[in-house]
Amino acid sequence: MTVLPGSVAANSHCFNNPRKGGSDLEGGTGYPRFSWCGDACLVAEFGDKIDPLINSMVRDLDLRIRGLKLPWLVETVPTYRSLAVYVDPWDSPREEVELAVTSLAREVKAKTMPSVAVVEIPVCYGGDFGPDLERVSMYTALGPDDIIRLHSSKLYRVYMMGFTPGFPYLGGMDPRLETPRLEDPRTLIPAGSVGIAGKQTGIYPIASPGGWNIIGRTPLVLFDPAGASPFLLEAGMEIRFVPVTGERFEEILSGNGA
Amino acid sequence: MERDGLSVEIISPGVLSTVQDLGRYGFQAFGMPVAGALDRYSLMVGNLVVGNDLRSAGLEITISGPELLFRSERLVCITGGDLSPKINDRDVPVWQGLMLHEKDVLSFGGARNRGARSWICIGGGIDTPPVMGSRSTYLRGGLGGHEGRRLERGDILPLGAPDIFSRRGEGFVVPRELRQNYIERPVIRVIPDPREALIAPEGVECFYTSSYRIGPDSDRMGYRLQGPLIRHKESPDMISDAVPWGAIQVPGSGLPIIMMADCQTTGGYPKIAGVISADLGLLSMMLPGDHLSFRRCAVTEAADASRALKGDLERVRVLLADHRSRPGAPSLGIPADNGAMLLKFGGEIFDVTWRII
Repeated sequence: MTVLPGSVAANSHCFNNPRKGGSDLEGGTGYPRFSWCGDACLVAEFGDKIDPLINSMVRDLDLRIRGLKLPWLVETVPTYRSLAVYVDPWDSPREEVELAVTSLAREVKAKTMPSVAVVEIPVCYGGDFGPDLERVSMYTALGPDDIIRLHSSKLYRVYMMGFTPGFPYLGGMDPRLETPRLEDPRTLIPAGSVGIAGKQTGIYPIASPGGWNIIGRTPLVLFDPAGASPFLLEAGMEIRFVPVTGERFEEILSGNGA
Repeated sequence: MERDGLSVEIISPGVLSTVQDLGRYGFQAFGMPVAGALDRYSLMVGNLVVGNDLRSAGLEITISGPELLFRSERLVCITGGDLSPKINDRDVPVWQGLMLHEKDVLSFGGARNRGARSWICIGGGIDTPPVMGSRSTYLRGGLGGHEGRRLERGDILPLGAPDIFSRRGEGFVVPRELRQNYIERPVIRVIPDPREALIAPEGVECFYTSSYRIGPDSDRMGYRLQGPLIRHKESPDMISDAVPWGAIQVPGSGLPIIMMADCQTTGGYPKIAGVISADLGLLSMMLPGDHLSFRRCAVTEAADASRALKGDLERVRVLLADHRSRPGAPSLGIPADNGAMLLKFGGEIFDVTWRII
């Protein structure tokens, strides 16, 4: 079995020094690290923890790859600590893909990227929109006003999107707000619901079942398949929750429909 | 309502029939699953035979199949498994160009242990409005296809305009070796995933030496497998990352799940391996209760397999071009309702059908 430069050895599936044609079956500790996930997805990993710097490197590589308009590129999926590069398995020059991704990854700088944009998300907390505010209050021993203040005082980074169309994985919630998921998940949580699950906070873009503690709701539409730009958010943005009254919620909602 | 004529009406929908094309790409970074035909090769060959763009939408049908009333004359090709198709209650073969006339009814007798799914490709394609660049139905998200859902009785699917040479594919037979055939107890080729390191060595060994059964709660999102448990080294949780179609996740239960076309774009369970693209079609043929096992394969072997599949598609293209260009060669058609035969001359200039009474 000959190993071509820049290729993965036939019996290995992980490599971090492809230029030497070497393979690193045990994974090693060096980053960036590359591996095929199936034959249509090459993954570049930049670390193994949730960290703004690591996530910035993922975004940096994402921008570099997408900027080149490579003919074999189908799409990319940036995640917390890795970038998935999707190619057409029928039509991709595999060695070229590996060489492009590995060499671009080596140009990535370990520095925090500026956010794409800061998006303000109006939220009407509590009441019918936030049936679990009381529960979070019980768990955290904080009053509802303190919860709202803590939740809306931070800038949250959109580390990645996934789970359902338009769902942002957010980082940066105040640890004092940590609350475990509901023991008994709800069968239907309305679109726009803002919730807390463990260390995470998030927004449900479409109505779905779920076990998060729902503390409020936004009138903004996070996912509109018929829209010119179907998604409100993208990886690399930062968001801030802005408390609004029920009246303001309705105003914004009617504006959405206009 | 001239448009009303260019359509297919669903008389009965079957177990699960959806509009699918090659999938919705470009939005996985926003959490949008790809969806699309579970066997891309079958859909592409079907489209080729009826003269469509390979990306045209067809119907993906499951197990029992629907009953369809044609309101317009079209060439049809049914690919994938053999769900016993019939035109006006007469058995017709799969993987062939079949002419459907106005008011003809296409129905199915059900799976005969020859594959769980078929794709019905119709000349002109199914012309439902594209959503985010694709006509594929994404059931959980309720979008794409026909009103974002499975087909129901009374639905009317609009058809596009067929290619002018579409009907010359009538009588074309895709050779058996160029079909996606159903295989019992297939050995599915997978590329090991580095996340395999999170699984105990006995667990990895178990995965490659055991036979697994497709569980009852398997669908277009994922095939849940039943069989020996795969143990993790420690916690089954990891930081969420991308999940491609074909990825095999091992959640805390220890029972692997093969992610299919409608799968979430990201997930937090360790992936033990990824099914190679060329073998995804084999999975699409399988039913709950069917058995399969796995074999390690290198990325190079996967590439060879994909190249072979692409070669098969090109071979179909060449054979079809030859069939279409046969000047005036009469081809014996299917028996007509009244017991007469339809005799067709498919020449370059003459394209005439006589009904001999």
